[in-house]
Amino acid sequence: MVETSATTASPAITRTIDARGSFCPGPLMELIRAIRESQVGDVIAVWSSDRGSKVDIPKWVEKAGHRLVSLENRDGYDEIVVEKLR
Amino acid sequence: MEEPLNLVLFSGTDDKLNAAAVLTAGAAALGRPVNVFLQYWALEAFRSDRIAADHGLAPEAGVAGREAVDALRAAGQASWAETLRQAKELGGVDIEACSLSMDLLQLEPGDLDPLVDGVEGVTAFYLAAGGGPVVFI
Repeated sequence: MVETSATTASPAITRTIDARGSFCPGPLMELIRAIRESQVGDVIAVWSSDRGSKVDIPKWVEKAGHRLVSLENRDGYDEIVVEKLR
Repeated sequence: MEEPLNLVLFSGTDDKLNAAAVLTAGAAALGRPVNVFLQYWALEAFRSDRIAADHGLAPEAGVAGREAVDALRAAGQASWAETLRQAKELGGVDIEACSLSMDLLQLEPGDLDPLVDGVEGVTAFYLAAGGGPVVFI
């Protein structure tokens, strides 16, 4: 296990995907591609400005067996952070 | 194994093809197999020399609909062909041309965009569809 982060609740982000300006289901498509390219334990942040992703991505994360670390509304976009679990 | 989603695409306008592409991508994202069967004007839209062209919109779009679609495209919305490419990258998406429509439009497999995996008849389509829903667009 990686011991660098202070808590398991907010692990360090491995990679950030800027999918702002992409429309549904673009941000999810980009997240899936990133997850496939990543190692178990990697933490991926997606920035999305479309309205569907903040609903759809957490549901996909649960179905796909990963972990939703956080979902925050930033200035005009959402940051969705996902940990690859398998 | 989850039953596949089976889309029969008949209409060749960009709005209906985009709706079909989004449905395909969503199912593929969930790991659900998708069989797409291309008939008539949808098949014509997959010709490699026309796939990037403007295929118009369904009649109900009207002038305001045309403007709305153009605005989303100008804002960077992916084309339906690009969304289908992304869906196929995820795996489990098979796109087949209807052999009758190939004859009708006098097309050869080499005339079609590489998104199309092959040519088959309706029986092969139903066998692939299994017990999954068949959606006609």
